[in-house]
Amino acid sequence: MGKFHLGSLLAAGAILAVGFSTQANAEGKHGMYANGEIRSGYTYLTPQSKAIQNDDFQNPGMIWVDDGATLYEAVDGKAGKSCKACHGKAEVAMKGVATTYPKYDEDTKKIKNIEAQVNRCRTKHMQAKPWKYESGQLLAMTVFIRHQSRGMPMNVSVDGPAVPFFQKGEKFYKQRRGALDMACSNCHIDNAGKNARANLLSQGQTNGFPTYRLKWQKVGSTHRRFRGCNKQVRATPYKYASDEYMNLELYVAWRGRGLPVETPAVRN
Amino acid sequence: MGIRTLAAVAVGVALSLAVNGDAAAAKLVKYKIVDETSIPKSLTGKPGDAKKGRALAINRKKGNCLACHAMPIPEQPFHGNIGTDLSGAGGRYSEGELRLRLVDSKVVNPDTIMPAFYKNTGFHRVLKKFKGKTILSAQEVEDIIAYVKTLK
Ligand code: HEC
Ligand code: HEC
Ligand code: HEC
Repeated sequence: MGKFHLGSLLAAGAILAVGFSTQANAEGKHGMYANGEIRSGYTYLTPQSKAIQNDDFQNPGMIWVDDGATLYEAVDGKAGKSCKACHGKAEVAMKGVATTYPKYDEDTKKIKNIEAQVNRCRTKHMQAKPWKYESGQLLAMTVFIRHQSRGMPMNVSVDGPAVPFFQKGEKFYKQRRGALDMACSNCHIDNAGKNARANLLSQGQTNGFPTYRLKWQKVGSTHRRFRGCNKQVRATPYKYASDEYMNLELYVAWRGRGLPVETPAVRN
Repeated sequence: MGIRTLAAVAVGVALSLAVNGDAAAAKLVKYKIVDETSIPKSLTGKPGDAKKGRALAINRKKGNCLACHAMPIPEQPFHGNIGTDLSGAGGRYSEGELRLRLVDSKVVNPDTIMPAFYKNTGFHRVLKKFKGKTILSAQEVEDIIAYVKTLK
């Protein structure tokens, strides 16, 4: 534990200095971390910070992968089952699953993300209590599931029944909000690559989530990040797992199509 | 379009004077936009204090101009580059133009990311603690104008 936190402190300094190094990166130099003009937040990091994400022994997010692996095998709920009892080895069963999430859900006729599917399995298939959003367990399991797709390209479906939800997500993304009257697009489309004081603005991609953030000193979900980005423009955030954020998550995942799943990514 | 209507409303509203020009006051000081480019008259009738204005430009909870603009404020380490470098802005713009820029930038450019610093209505989902408030008080706007005017 202590070792990991030391690593994260080093990363804090490294990421802060980011603005001065990335501008020099020409297009095409980002390798697998870009798909044409679409760039992962990774490409905006300093080499030092990238190194921390790259090295599983230094990456603090790997703690949650380990916790998730343990939970995956643990029996819980009245049905007396573990995740593994139904799904088998995660390395096989969950490989590639995260690349298609969030996705349209036939049961609820809404968009569900990995967190929602995990809780569906807990309540419906295990007869266990759902995990609270942003709890250690739900984060660990989400990190663990998404980690099984690490390196695979994001590929969510935004046609068919997903269309109206995708459109709502896009509308949310482009709507100005809060007392600062800014839309997501004002920062992450219009000004990606520019500095807002010490912050180098990225495209705001979600391919690395749940992400280990130095500011949080833990991993956090996409919805936590959305809430933070809402509050910083002095706008009222939506609730975790709200329909609004599910739709937004779908739209943002589509923006990052082709980017590799990086979970657990390391960010400032 | 919508912006013009809002500006007109701001001009038209009958206004009680804000207590101490406090940012928390619900009603704004009356102002008039001329030619959609400038607000020639001071919001308070009191001259701005350039020294206070400089501090407000740095303050993250107030002007926070440094988030987006480089300014000749060398003791502050990180200056944004979303907007233009404001060194020399005092020579490029009249006082009235600066005032409109600060009060409601979107009258000048509807697509801008620059916030309206003296506006308190027409927003979507404002956090409760900021509801009905302007980012800066009328006097704080004047203080920042006084400071930017010194940048020649
Ligand atoms: C009793 C069997 C059972 C158990 C136990 C179970 N699941 Fe599932 N899981 C399913 C079924 C059936 C589906 C298909 C979708 C549905 O019915 O929700 C599914 C779907 C999924 C999916 C989506 C797969 C995809 O391709 O979209 C994920 C992820 C998942 N489960 C994770 C878990 C996790 C994590 C646990 C443990 C917390 C768990 N499951 C426990 C039966 C189970
Ligand atoms: C005022 C500017 C601003 C606005 C508006 C804004 N963000 Fe952000 N966002 C940031 C900053 C700064 C960061 C951290 C640095 C970075 O990755 O850009 C960030 C980070 C993110 C990240 C994490 C990126 C990563 O690689 O880990 C996501 C996702 C994100 N924002 C989504 C959104 C969404 C969705 C909205 C609209 C609800 C939004 N942002 C609105 C400034 C903004
Ligand atoms: C969120 C970013 C942001 C903040 C905060 C911000 N501005 Fe701006 N500002 C801009 C942008 C971008 C422009 C470029 C023109 C446009 O967008 O209309 C601009 C333009 C200007 C201009 C016109 C100058 C020119 O060269 O075009 C002035 C003057 C100005 N800003 C002053 C300020 C002052 C003073 C503050 C602090 C009270 C401030 N700005 C805060 C983004 C910002």
